[in-house]
Amino acid sequence: MAETHSLQDMRQQAAVAAKVFIQRDYTNGTVCQFQTKFPSEMETRIDKQQFEETVRTLNNLYAEAEKLGSQSYIEGCLACLTAYTVFLCMETHYEKVLKKIAKYIQEQNDKIYAPRGLLLTDPIERGLRVIEVTIFEDRSLTR
Amino acid sequence: MSAVMITRKVRKWEKLPGKNTFCCDGRVMMARQKGVFYLTLFLIVGTCSLFFAFECPYLALHLSPAIPVFAVLLFLFVIAMLLRTSFSDPGVLPRALPEEATFIEMEIEAANGNVPAGQRPPPRIRNVQINNQIVKLKYCYTCKIFRPPRASHCSICDNCVDRFDHHCPWVGNCVGKRNYRYFYLFTMSLSLLTIYIFTFDIVHVVMRSVDKGFLNTLKETPGTVLEVLVCFFTLWSVVGLTGFHTYLISLNQTTNEDIKGSWSGKNRVQNPYSHKNIIKNCCEVLCGPTYPSVLDRRGLMEEDSSISATPVAPSSSSSTTSSSNPVPQTTKTTAPLIPNEHTPDDAKPSIAASAEKSPSPKEEHPPAKVPPLASPETDVETSITKDKTH
Repeated sequence: MAETHSLQDMRQQAAVAAKVFIQRDYTNGTVCQFQTKFPSEMETRIDKQQFEETVRTLNNLYAEAEKLGSQSYIEGCLACLTAYTVFLCMETHYEKVLKKIAKYIQEQNDKIYAPRGLLLTDPIERGLRVIEVTIFEDRSLTR
Repeated sequence: MSAVMITRKVRKWEKLPGKNTFCCDGRVMMARQKGVFYLTLFLIVGTCSLFFAFECPYLALHLSPAIPVFAVLLFLFVIAMLLRTSFSDPGVLPRALPEEATFIEMEIEAANGNVPAGQRPPPRIRNVQINNQIVKLKYCYTCKIFRPPRASHCSICDNCVDRFDHHCPWVGNCVGKRNYRYFYLFTMSLSLLTIYIFTFDIVHVVMRSVDKGFLNTLKETPGTVLEVLVCFFTLWSVVGLTGFHTYLISLNQTTNEDIKGSWSGKNRVQNPYSHKNIIKNCCEVLCGPTYPSVLDRRGLMEEDSSISATPVAPSSSSSTTSSSNPVPQTTKTTAPLIPNEHTPDDAKPSIAASAEKSPSPKEEHPPAKVPPLASPETDVETSITKDKTH
């Protein structure tokens, strides 16, 4: 995953204080959703609303990826008729949304989390099981 | 005496734990035992070749040239679906990295509270409510995660697979969330192909016997007998299997859940994943979104290997054939925090030996002459009833 200059510098300079893992929320079934519960370890670093907003946006993006609608049906039927060879040249809808998610996470890291000594890891790198939040030691990173 | 540290870039598939074999630099992913898969391939290709060689010329002339054309299309579709099922990632869940495993451990200990010495700690289960049903999530000791709903650990491949259906030796891979629809299309198209070849074999024999007599026909096209035999025995199993999976799809169940009786009446827990509508269930399973693989098989990672002065047999460097090298892996698996209850019985995986060996799966499987179609996960007490799957 591409990291910006500031993130790389921060990772090299700061030590990891703790890691928090935001678990999956299964109340709506097997759809990919994450819990919006605010972990207590991050209370001193970031605003609760801000964090919940991030997770909620991610949940919406994943819901968009897995939506059962006419687009997914058409894509499925077309793929089946071509014995799934169409995916050699075309990207699936899910992959397109995953790219959007990766961009969003990077944007959030750059604008909001890195200045506060936090780093969000894209859930796809953890098997869509958890959102890993790395909390760096608070040195000279405060405003 | 002197050791040189060399950092090389390797593909991630080379360091993946689990008992899979990888080909084409990580593009292809299969189970370790592939013998039965080769048999499947041989039977399909062999029978179709005989059909194209013996029956098709006659039928194209005397009936219609569309017959062999349709047979070719159907054959290509069957092979495409088979290869797609066999070579793709079924939905393997990557194991927890050490920090995540520790985090979960701490959560479990906090939840359990103080266990008096001498007493067994309570089982690691998390209850979640899905669509107003309580579903229990079990903890996987091998992968160090709480398994998502419908996921299961395959003992043959040593991976947790999402929406685990069963491990199919005939396709040489697990059937899970990502390749279930290909598996279903494979069984369905194979049923059609078998019926097609069987029907036209009979038609061919009848037509030719009218001209030349039954025995002469068999002498001229000896392949027919073989084809009819293969098709006859395949028909019962494959058509039955297709019917069984159609039933499962209409109810949005997996083979694993069906065998364990997760949603059948006694427990009074209804299937929380079913839309209660056959069409909706079918659409979700067959036409739903195509899930991406969360295993980054072809990603690059750094590997540190030290080359000492004394010559040593080549060990930690990547083996190009498979990822399951016996050398302890430094990246993913670390010393287990808790005793590993589900370590496989075989001590040293010998890849060459197992690939050549007969296709019977190892470890906890009831000895059967024909490899079972569905294999249970490690911690299930019920045994498979083969009749059920046929």
